[in-house]
Amino acid sequence: MNKPVILIIFLVLVVLHQDFWNWDNASLVFGFMPVGLFYHACYSLVAALFWGLVIKFAWPTELEEWAEGNSKDEGGAE
Amino acid sequence: MTTVIVIVIYLGLLLGLALFSKTLFRGTSNDYFVASHSIGPFMLLMSVFGTTMTAFALVGSTGKAFSTGIGTYGLMASSSGLIHAACFLLIGIKLWAIGKRYGYVTQIQYFRARFESSKFGYLLFPILVLLVIPYLLIGIIGASKTIYGITAAKTTKAGLVPGAFPNVFENGAIPPWITGLVISAVVLTYIFAGGSRAAAWANTFQTIVFMIMGILAFYLISDKLGGVGAAIEQAKDTHKVRTQSGHVGFSQLTFLTYMFIPLSVGMFPHLFQHWLTAKSAKSFKLTVVAHPICIAIVWVPCVLIGIWATGVPALQDAPSGAVLAKMVGILVKDPIIVGLVTAGVLAAIMSSLDSQFLCLGTMFTNDVVLHDSKKEYSDKQILYMARGFIVAIVVITYILSLLLYKKNVFDLAIWSFSGFAALTPLVIASLYWKRATRTGAYACVIAVFISWVTFFTMSGFGGEYFLAGGIVPAAAMWFIGATAMIVGSLLSPTPSERTLNKFFG
Repeated sequence: MNKPVILIIFLVLVVLHQDFWNWDNASLVFGFMPVGLFYHACYSLVAALFWGLVIKFAWPTELEEWAEGNSKDEGGAE
Repeated sequence: MTTVIVIVIYLGLLLGLALFSKTLFRGTSNDYFVASHSIGPFMLLMSVFGTTMTAFALVGSTGKAFSTGIGTYGLMASSSGLIHAACFLLIGIKLWAIGKRYGYVTQIQYFRARFESSKFGYLLFPILVLLVIPYLLIGIIGASKTIYGITAAKTTKAGLVPGAFPNVFENGAIPPWITGLVISAVVLTYIFAGGSRAAAWANTFQTIVFMIMGILAFYLISDKLGGVGAAIEQAKDTHKVRTQSGHVGFSQLTFLTYMFIPLSVGMFPHLFQHWLTAKSAKSFKLTVVAHPICIAIVWVPCVLIGIWATGVPALQDAPSGAVLAKMVGILVKDPIIVGLVTAGVLAAIMSSLDSQFLCLGTMFTNDVVLHDSKKEYSDKQILYMARGFIVAIVVITYILSLLLYKKNVFDLAIWSFSGFAALTPLVIASLYWKRATRTGAYACVIAVFISWVTFFTMSGFGGEYFLAGGIVPAAAMWFIGATAMIVGSLLSPTPSERTLNKFFG
């Protein structure tokens, strides 16, 4: 999963967040959940899944190695 | 009265936990400020989640849903699931790495080094403190409103039910000045006892408590309304959609631009400190994935309770901040349950206050007192200075909470979040744009500050405010800050090779 793919999926999720098609839909899902709320509850789960995939396939291992490096020759907190 | 006893027992348990965590406190300032980098994945998740979910999440979301409908969830909760996690991953982990490698404890230490300016810290510090204060205020005001709502006299179908202290306080309710004092004292006690480790333990405990109590409140209230189906049927139809009708609903532009507000987590000073307390970068994995789910677990029930409340006759004129307390108090009459649910609300509030108090003390000692100081201070002196500053901020916040008691918790929180969100071009540019310079950083912070003060004043000092067509000020301020950062940087010399090698090498 490379960075452009992650960015595209992220932007698609931003667009999907707007769900203008649900704006004035008052129907209920399972008889108790307004569809606009149900959609966004599912959206939260999709967001978690997306970030889970990002962590699995695009975890910044090199950053961890850099942080754990012993070199402090550039000076510490000032 | 039983309700109050349950709450007092809960606060006692919390203090007991703090005393236990004190046995693990190593007595050093480093252990006090960052728990010696010993916070693991689960406690990090609970700390970060507990810190971001304050009165805003329980009291604010219920009240906002009551006044404006289901759009409240999409406005802050689902967008936060996407944006918060992005900030944890793209900003948090990178800052953790830099902090770990170079030993930074606060945001300001990092920015001073990255932008090669000691004075920059003196500009940023008061602005960060100014923006944290509304965040602290919503905690204390939210707690006071909740306790007032629970203990006040109520009119039910059976007649007038007297308050918890009918012959002591007006309306029989515990007044805001007592609640604010007790909550502040409890939080101060446990963070003074064990510093960031006590805060992390208390956060974990309190986050679990408020999540369970939120679900319990949801179940009991729905049961009293005849089940979830009956509860939603009796609610107002206007609140089941996002269509704008008076104060209910939102414009699509408002809904879109609200996505800028969750960016605030990228600049929250207390989250920076949480990032520094992580054992390793891997500790973030659970937080990134579970954070959107935890938000849903808390916000979906709260928003539904707020919508259900629109159909409860006794609540028609209730102030939005009191809706959750009144729903619990009027519908769930068992005083023990009411006490437990109220303890859950207080848990959400205190789990934010502790990290913020602690962080302000850390920033003051490291960024103001110790920075450039020629004098050597002992660990004990450093801890006293941190605690002294925390007490001063708590006193100011406490007084403000009494003066601004009637302000809407949700709106006040949004102003704090908006300011931090507008500052995110600063951190994003510092991490990902080599060309970002000191001049750009100054321009960004000053532009954001001026625009924040302007919009805040235009809002009537903390009210709901939109720009043309329903744009939230956070979005406009973000672009103002980003433009100032870009223009200021391009008009000034590139950072030194030493700095570029240090942060981008």
